Formats: sequence, C-alpha cells, structure tokens
Amino acid sequence: MIETNGHILTVNDLRTYFQTEDGVVKAVDGITFTLAKGETLGIVGESGSGKSVTNLSIMRLIPEPPGKIVSGDIIFDGIDVRKLSIDDVRSIRGKRIAMIFQDPMTSLNPFLKISTQLMEVTELHLGHTKAQAHRHAVKMLETVGIPDAANRVNSYPHEFSGGMRQRVMIAMALSCDPELLIADEPTTALDVTIQAQILELIKDLKARMGTSVILITHDLGVVAGMTDKIIVMYAGKVFEQAPTRELFATPANPYTKGLLKSVPDPAHEEGTELYQIPGLPPDVAHLPPGCPFSPRCERAEDVCHREFPPFVQINENHWSLCHFAKEVYAESVRERAAANLSETQIESHPLA
Amino acid sequence: MEQQQEVVKGASLWRDAWKRLLKNKLAVFGLAVMIIMVVAVTVGPAIIRWTTGYTYDFIPPDGDLIKSFPPSLQHPMGTDDSGRDILARVLQGGRISLMVGVISTLVSLVVGVSYGATAGYLGGKIDNFMMRVVDIIYAIPYILLVIVLLSAFGGQNAPGWIQSISGALGSGQGLSQIILLFFALGLVSWLTMARVVRGQILSLKNQEFVMAARATGVSTPAIIFRHLVPNALGPVIVYATLTIPSVMLSEAFLSFLGIGVQAPFASWGSLAADGIKNISVFPWQLIFPGVTMALTLFSLNFLGDGLRDALDPQTRKF
Repeated sequence: MIETNGHILTVNDLRTYFQTEDGVVKAVDGITFTLAKGETLGIVGESGSGKSVTNLSIMRLIPEPPGKIVSGDIIFDGIDVRKLSIDDVRSIRGKRIAMIFQDPMTSLNPFLKISTQLMEVTELHLGHTKAQAHRHAVKMLETVGIPDAANRVNSYPHEFSGGMRQRVMIAMALSCDPELLIADEPTTALDVTIQAQILELIKDLKARMGTSVILITHDLGVVAGMTDKIIVMYAGKVFEQAPTRELFATPANPYTKGLLKSVPDPAHEEGTELYQIPGLPPDVAHLPPGCPFSPRCERAEDVCHREFPPFVQINENHWSLCHFAKEVYAESVRERAAANLSETQIESHPLA
Repeated sequence: MEQQQEVVKGASLWRDAWKRLLKNKLAVFGLAVMIIMVVAVTVGPAIIRWTTGYTYDFIPPDGDLIKSFPPSLQHPMGTDDSGRDILARVLQGGRISLMVGVISTLVSLVVGVSYGATAGYLGGKIDNFMMRVVDIIYAIPYILLVIVLLSAFGGQNAPGWIQSISGALGSGQGLSQIILLFFALGLVSWLTMARVVRGQILSLKNQEFVMAARATGVSTPAIIFRHLVPNALGPVIVYATLTIPSVMLSEAFLSFLGIGVQAPFASWGSLAADGIKNISVFPWQLIFPGVTMALTLFSLNFLGDGLRDALDPQTRKF
C-alpha cells in the first residue's frame, strides 16, 4: 500500500510512447496530476494532444504493441496499476474504475440485448446470479432516467436513441459503484440539449455516489460548469494546470489564452473574423526542439524556439509550461481587472 | 371508441433478414425443397417399411423376379440389380448424405470459427503464424488429404474413439467409416471458414464496443466468443449453408470412387456408382438418385445465395 494523502489517483511523470514506422510518437510525455476523492478533473486539448491516451494508460488499455507505457507511476487508491498482472487489472476495470466512451452509437454491442450487456458487468465483478443481475440492471436504468426500464432492458441498442444509449453506457459504468469514472468526451456525439441532460446526469450521480470523475473533452463550455480543476494538454504535455475558476479568469499560458479566445462569443460582431489559433497541431513524432507550441505562438521569442520551457508554478495550485508564464499571468490579471471594471461601469451606468 | 395504443415493435435483424429471404423466390423454393427432403429422409424409410415391407438392405427371397424392376406402384423408383427397393435406398442414402453435409459442416464451423476468431482478435505474430498454417494446408489438394485419411484410418485401422462411437450406435465397420468421413471432410473444409471469420473479426475488433467491453474487465475469450463471434454470424451462416452442398458433393465423389460410404450403407454417391453400371439398360437406377441429389444441391445453393443477399449488409438494397 502506497501513501495516498486522500488522493484516489496519482499520476506521476507518465510517458506513453507509440512505436510507428514514422518514428517514436510520444503521445503522452511526462504527465503529472492528482485527483482527490470526489473531485472532478477536466482534461482539455486539441485532437491528438494525448488526452485519451492518458486515460487508456490509467486503465492499461493501450494496445501493445505498438504502444507502451515507458515510465511513470499510476497510483490508484494505493495500488501501483503498472505493476499489476493483467488479471488484477481486469478486476479493477469496470469495478473500481469505469469508463464512458465518446460515441454511444458504437460503444454498445449491436448484437446483444441491453440487459445482457448490463448484466455481464455485475455478474463478472459482483458475482451476481442472473436474477440479481437482471434486477440490478433494471435499477441502474431507472437511476439514469430511462422510462419503463423493466421493459426497455430487454431491447437491443438499435431501438434506443443516441442520448438513451449514452445513458445506458453511464448505467453500465456505474453498475459496480466505481470510485473513479473516466468520461472520454461523453457528449461529443450528442446534440446540445441531450449534451446538457447527460452532463447534468453525470453531475447528479457523481454528487450522490461520491465518485471521482475525469472528464476529457475539447469543449471548454463542458468543463467550465462541471470540473473542480483543469489540465490543458498539448502535444502530450501538460501546458497548464489550475483550478477551473482561476484557469478561465487568469490563464497563465498563451495556448490556454488562445483556446479561450477561440470560443465563439454570442455577442460576436458580424463581419469580424472569429479568432483561431494559427497553424495545425504538431506532428508528435517530429517535435521542434524548443516549446512544441512555439511555431503557433503569437508571443514566441527566440528562446521559445531554442529551449524547452520550464513548468512554472504561479501559485499553490496553478502551473504553466511557458518561458513567460509569469508575464502572461500578469497580463491576464490586468485584463481581468479591466474587464471587471468595465462590467461594473456598465452595471452602474444610468442607462443600462 | 377507445383506440388501443399499439407499441411499435422494432424489426430485429433476424426478422428483417427473414422478410428479405421470403421475397427471394428461388431461396423460398430451395427452403421448401430442403424441408420436404429432410422430412422425407427422416420418416420416409419407416413409412416404406410399414407399407411395403422394404428397407434399404432388404433383398427379397424370390429376388430373381424383381431384380432391376422398372418403376411401378409397388416400387416407385424401381429396384436395383439385387432386387432392393430404390426409393428406400435413396431415402436412406439421403439420410447419410445430408448427415455428412451437416455434421462435417458443424465440425468445420467449430474448428474454423474458433481458429479464425482467435487469429483475428489476437493479431500480430500469432495471427501471422496461424494463417500461414492455413495457407500451407490450403496448398495440399484436399481430396487427396481425405483419401489419405480415409485409407489410413479406414476399416480396421479406425481410431478407438470412432470405433467406440459406432459400437455404441450398434453397428460395425460400415458406420465407423461414415463417422470417419464426417471428420475427414470437416477437417479439410474449415480453412475457408477460418479465413471468412478472421476477416470479419479484423474489421470488428477495432470498434468501440470491444474497447468498452475491455474497459469493463471482460476477459479475452469472452470478448471473442460473446462479443465478436455473434457479430460475425451473418457471413458464417451464409458460408455454412454453402459448405453443406460442397461437402455433400465431395462425399458423393468419394463414394462414387468407392472410398466413401461402403455397402450395405448407401449414399447418393454410392447409389449413382451402382446405377452407372447399368445405365444403358436400367437407366432409372442412376436417374433417381442422381436427380434427387442434384435437386438437393441446387436447393441448398439457392438457399445459401438467398441467405447471403438477406444477411450481408454490403449487398443490402434500401
């Protein structure tokens, strides 16, 4: 047993590499974070930034070969997951760590009834008999808000809509009352109203069951209302890590600032262009020697192209990977103050 | 008036396929012929025995009078050159021919599906090795392999477990030859099945539901056989229905050559071989077993084609 300090999950300097014909792809390159019991962590980043690979590594689901967890520690509730045999890992998967996938249309087996798929989990991990497992499956479907659960449990996945299938996936994930729930872009494939319902459901169940949650997404709007803290990933590295409020208010990394600026604003003026970060995400097999974001960064200087940036601590919980982290932070604080000022001005304006 | 609310029942995959199958006239014809054929060979011999007293190996004592007798009311298909009723022999032969087809296909199904699914799911070097083994066996002419198997283990040399099965069924060497035939044909016809299944599994294993099953801690064998194989069932069923006639044809071929089913048992192949000796004088001795067999093989092929159209999503028309 390893000391956990109340943390359900500690990931320390995790590196997961993929051996490809094009060279070694460092999909995850030195990720460190902790997750306290009952806390929600958001992982944000562009496609290919290593969000999903981080979480597949935690569950030891990286396809080997070509993938390999090269180094680092994954401590889940005092257990070093990397040192476990595959049978022991299997007894954790689905029982203590559960996962919800991106596309509910493909993550249920089209040939098996909903009941079969829900029952499989509890029969496997809780040793339920068929009758017990069936009762439990109906109860779980009711919990996630599927009407007429006793009948619907015998349906096939194609008889369910996308939102309902995602509810089934959540029911399956929560069947064994896991301590950690990993939601890998749980709402990307759903339309906006359903997205709101599903997020509300996850939030509600999390509050009731006290589950810790890792929420992976590329939608900043999703993490804003859900998470306690956020990790911003880029090219397999943590670029910024901060409590949610602070990250949105005063980002200390040019990349995070760019992401926040890219969110379309409802008050956006017609005719002006939407902001976007120039360039494309880098090829992680051939990274530039300096900061991986430097070719796209607006404030990059010579040092950024030459040297890898340091991981700067801004305050107790706020870190940023940038040569100019402190300057960017100071800038954000100033902008924030100015914005607050103008807001107060508007509020106190006699005509407003 | 109170309107009763009807629950919309979603058409399941199988019902959908069944509807499409029923639209295909040839497939329905094939299905009908097969049902009639199966009923006929199951209860037919008993009925003939009960009505006329003839069985497949009954040689009448006053045999000289009815040897090679043409079709008549008493013998709808005539008699053969020992005086045995050909209808009774054709039905009995059909029993064995269909059994060879079905049992050999089952053997090939079990071996081929497990082998192909395992190779496809594990992938990499294991897959490579397993499929090269298939390629090597493929390169050996399968009829030659069956002939070698049958002559090496046929007759007195049958392995103990086959002899004990045929002993338990209350018959001697003739039956153990037939059981050997089941396995010999089954063991050479699983190769294509393995390839078909492997191809299916390869395209299925990267789907998200497999990852989802792994993430809930399901073991590898359970993923292969509970999650993947049912999804590959459509092509497997189609290929199996097409394997039955091809195995039956091989059996007929072997029996025609005299290495398959031995007297007093009969199969359509051995009946045809008996008939061909007298083809110019007593043509019904070849025509009846031949036509019955051809009809069955056609029907099975039509049915298999129909099933492929009904089950294969690639050729599905919307």
